[in-house]
Amino acid sequence: MALRELSSLEKFLGLKKPNKYSTQGDKKVPVLQSNNGPALVGLVTIACHLVKEAKRPELLGDSAESRAVVQQWLEHRVTKLDGCTKEDVKTVLKDFNLYLQDKVYLAGNQFTLADIFMYYGIHSLIVELAIQEKEQYMNVTRWFDHIQHYPGIRHHLPPVAVLRNRIYTGRHH
Amino acid sequence: MKLFVSEGNPHCLKVLAALEVTGAKCDVQYVNHEERVVPFLSRPALPALLLPSGLHLFSSNAICRYLFEVNGQDSSELCNQWLEWEATELQPALLQALHMAVLQGKGSEVSKVLQGPLNYLDQSLSKKNTPYLTGEAVSVADVVLWAALYPILSDSSLALGDRKSVKIWFDHGAAMHSLQCAAQKVLQGKGLQGMKSYMQKQPAPQSSQCRDTQPCNSSPAESEEGERLVSEEEIEAAALTWSKSLNACPLVANRQHPILPQEGKRNLLVTSALPYVNNVPHLGNIIGCVLSADVFSRYGRLRDWNVLFVCGTDEYGTATENKAREEGLTPQQICDKYHAVHSSIYKWFQIDFDYFGRTTTEKQTEIAQNIFWRLHEHGFLVEDTVEQLRCESCQRFLADRFVEGTCPHCSYPEARGDQCDKCGRLINAVELREPQCKVCRQTPVIRSSKHLFLDLPKLETQLEQWLDKSTSTGDWTANAKQITRSWLRDGLKPRCITRDLKWGTPVPHPDFKEKVFYVWFDAPIGYLSITANYTDKWETWWKNPHQVELYNFMAKDNVPFHSVVFPCSLLGAQDNYTLVNHLVATEYLNYEDTKFSKSRGVGVFGDMAKDTGIPSDVWRFYLLYVRPEGQDSAFSWADMATKNNSELLNNLGNFINRAGMFVTKFFEGCVPAMELQHEDKKLLALVGWELQQYIQLMDKVKIRDALKHILNISRHGNQYIQVNEPWKKIKGGDTERQRAGTVTGVSVNISCLLSVMLFPYMPSVSQTIRDQLNAPQSCINTMLQGTGAFVCALSAGHRIGTVSPLFQKLEVDQIEALKKRFGGQQPEDEPPKKKTTAQAAASAQPATVPAPAAPAAAAEVVTVSGVDPEKAKQLTQAVAEQGEKVRALKAQKAEKAVITAEVAKLLDLKKQLALAEGKSPEPAPQKGKKK
Repeated sequence: MALRELSSLEKFLGLKKPNKYSTQGDKKVPVLQSNNGPALVGLVTIACHLVKEAKRPELLGDSAESRAVVQQWLEHRVTKLDGCTKEDVKTVLKDFNLYLQDKVYLAGNQFTLADIFMYYGIHSLIVELAIQEKEQYMNVTRWFDHIQHYPGIRHHLPPVAVLRNRIYTGRHH
Repeated sequence: MKLFVSEGNPHCLKVLAALEVTGAKCDVQYVNHEERVVPFLSRPALPALLLPSGLHLFSSNAICRYLFEVNGQDSSELCNQWLEWEATELQPALLQALHMAVLQGKGSEVSKVLQGPLNYLDQSLSKKNTPYLTGEAVSVADVVLWAALYPILSDSSLALGDRKSVKIWFDHGAAMHSLQCAAQKVLQGKGLQGMKSYMQKQPAPQSSQCRDTQPCNSSPAESEEGERLVSEEEIEAAALTWSKSLNACPLVANRQHPILPQEGKRNLLVTSALPYVNNVPHLGNIIGCVLSADVFSRYGRLRDWNVLFVCGTDEYGTATENKAREEGLTPQQICDKYHAVHSSIYKWFQIDFDYFGRTTTEKQTEIAQNIFWRLHEHGFLVEDTVEQLRCESCQRFLADRFVEGTCPHCSYPEARGDQCDKCGRLINAVELREPQCKVCRQTPVIRSSKHLFLDLPKLETQLEQWLDKSTSTGDWTANAKQITRSWLRDGLKPRCITRDLKWGTPVPHPDFKEKVFYVWFDAPIGYLSITANYTDKWETWWKNPHQVELYNFMAKDNVPFHSVVFPCSLLGAQDNYTLVNHLVATEYLNYEDTKFSKSRGVGVFGDMAKDTGIPSDVWRFYLLYVRPEGQDSAFSWADMATKNNSELLNNLGNFINRAGMFVTKFFEGCVPAMELQHEDKKLLALVGWELQQYIQLMDKVKIRDALKHILNISRHGNQYIQVNEPWKKIKGGDTERQRAGTVTGVSVNISCLLSVMLFPYMPSVSQTIRDQLNAPQSCINTMLQGTGAFVCALSAGHRIGTVSPLFQKLEVDQIEALKKRFGGQQPEDEPPKKKTTAQAAASAQPATVPAPAAPAAAAEVVTVSGVDPEKAKQLTQAVAEQGEKVRALKAQKAEKAVITAEVAKLLDLKKQLALAEGKSPEPAPQKGKKK
């Protein structure tokens, strides 16, 4: 999964030469072998590295504050979102929803790496939600829909319909 | 910039160390562990850094990195990597290690848990051959890892093995003044123990937790609902079931008493914890035992199980003696008086006991003494001298709860004689420092007296064998299993079963003739004696473990007496007693996020519920909707109004009423002919699935979760009507009219099913629905058989009765008035979350969801002038609620006029909100419209 995310990120960043990755441990932590220096380990670490390589530093935040916010959400993604239990899902979504109440992107008004990886990480939760629940987490749904339609992001993930679909469509077709 | 930290929190050690090292300028504020600093997180998260922009950082590593960055030290890629490793690999292991070392006293196992990460760290350091993680200088990675490992690595008692490189690296850090300084602030020089109170508030780490808590805590209705895809097979099966006929023989309407176990049937003996007689029960008591047991018993009868539901008042003990003294009556008179109070309250709540008895009866004496002698004969009683507190001015020995003093463990000045509310430890009353008689405030003296003890250690092996079997085959709630396990883990001690009192069951032994049985020994025997007062053949229930399944309902504080102590009495008596198979314990119900308290007049007590004018069925519904199943929950007036108005009125009631009205108005009161199309069958399958879920959950006594499936069915129904618009089709041509008929017929049959499913929860409403539909009684036992069968109970041509609305709206001023009336002496503006120490100690996870203010008829809120933060808060809530309502209406494709009216209300509310916040009213920014 992590490797597909990294490959999607590479595409988004327009990196020409795809990197070679391997994984280590039970949790399949991604490892990037590079020619000039030691291997890099960890999804966030590698993602930040790729962004720098592509010379898109603004994706990591354009001020110390926004960089901190971006890092925080990247960490949140790999510590809280990944492997969150069924009971935790609701809290995670509820909190995230409240956070997004007054924000377009995670770091305010600017699209960053945090949006990309939170989107990748939360996708599996959103897919599971009933339509009523999607409405309950309105801000998450809005943000999610926005990111999945952001050019060049979605790649390996199927789109999720966030609009209410009628259960009984017979009459209208 | 402001940093929030709490003492004893290991994550705070990191940020304080980073602050010291970087010398960044920042206010530091110490707060309680439970304080929610970050506004958007529902669980407390510390440390937290308030940035100049007003944003909060809630991850310690992000905070450390930020502190370093503003100090001019950007973190390198290697640094990032260590921080990520710390968060994802080291922290989970550390958390588990700390949990073991601090809370479980298993310091010896810590090295096993940490071995992996520590080896990795050691190898990395030795390979690099630099003094610090990322090179020759200290980086944020070093500080974060030092601080994270500090509590463990600086504790010399934990043998962690020899890792040379880690040791050299760590010693560099440990020697730094800044790290020591931070450690002192967080751990207070107490080492690992400094983190105890913090660790106690944390959820247990995964490895020990997920195994048994999971199945009970999940609420499937809410979390797994999903948009169910129905397969063709399911659709066909549902259509087939629909066409089956009702069972020929109707349920026996009147139960034949006495109910006795029957061969070839499931024989269920259901008990609810015996309420103590001298108190009026509050809503928490009611939901915890009698109401839950009632719902399950009613359900069991619907399932055609042979159910006997008994309960009664627990009447012996000091508290009764005292109450009698207060009211100038004899204990017996007190019991008579309050037994009647209890009876009438439960009657009002429609608790359908087969027998509601009491413990002060001949049978109680007979059976308790018999069990006593059997225990005595089998050598399970031991004699010992006990030191007891006696109040000379009151002329009596003081029961534990009538002594107060300073806790010998934590020095809390108001510890009770049996337990300290502050530290939660059990106390022996004579250990209290500065004891006081609670009645006269004199200092009691210690007297010794001879007593009998039940030898629990001798019964432990037997008990454990039985428990293994019972908990693995029966439906024990997770908390019941956990509380029981912790009792066994601490080891059982002999328990005194006699008391120097008058008001109790006399001890028959000649050496103890002035004494009575201690209530904990006596009271559970009440279940047996109450049954014996109901029928002479009580032993066919109580000495018949092969035919009878015993269900005990209670709140969690009662668990050990039902899972450990009472079973020991019965096992020791060796008379083939029926022991509990299913122990169903609720958590606590709070009142508006505080505790029910008779003395402070906070909360609703059983006798007052009927004075509210809210029907008993609605009370039942709401209490069951918030039943503390799996976690504490809270009763809130505003929430009650919301649930009444949204779920009962707009969802359930609306659907049933519409279905019935269509039959009356369009089809002269006769169920029209139905020709099922694919989409109708699909609906049958969806409804059938919800019915199955309901049955599965109810079989497992997941009462609250099952209720949600009832509401799902009426939601499906509303949607079905909304999409098919029978009120329009009825005016159309033949095909259209026929379609209207089918939709109406299916809907009214769903109502019939709903009435059956509702029966355990809202018995009166359930009956009213069937009366209105003129439904045959046989529908009841048909639909809940096996895995559930949604059959067409009202076939074409069936004439229904008179249809009228089932529920009434709860208006906002009505609810506000009730809230005031039952709010006790708490001032209005007191923060709603304020909790007593006792409550915090009793519940590991306090419910802190603030009650929504006045949602129901919020549109009527008066206009305000000038800034008013309180009003603004209410209005914000009202706007949110109204917004939800509008969205829901739109989603249901409600009539346009209705939506327009609600939108107008919403806009008006927003305007008021802007005024209250002191802004000029302007339309809220419109969200991008989705295609």
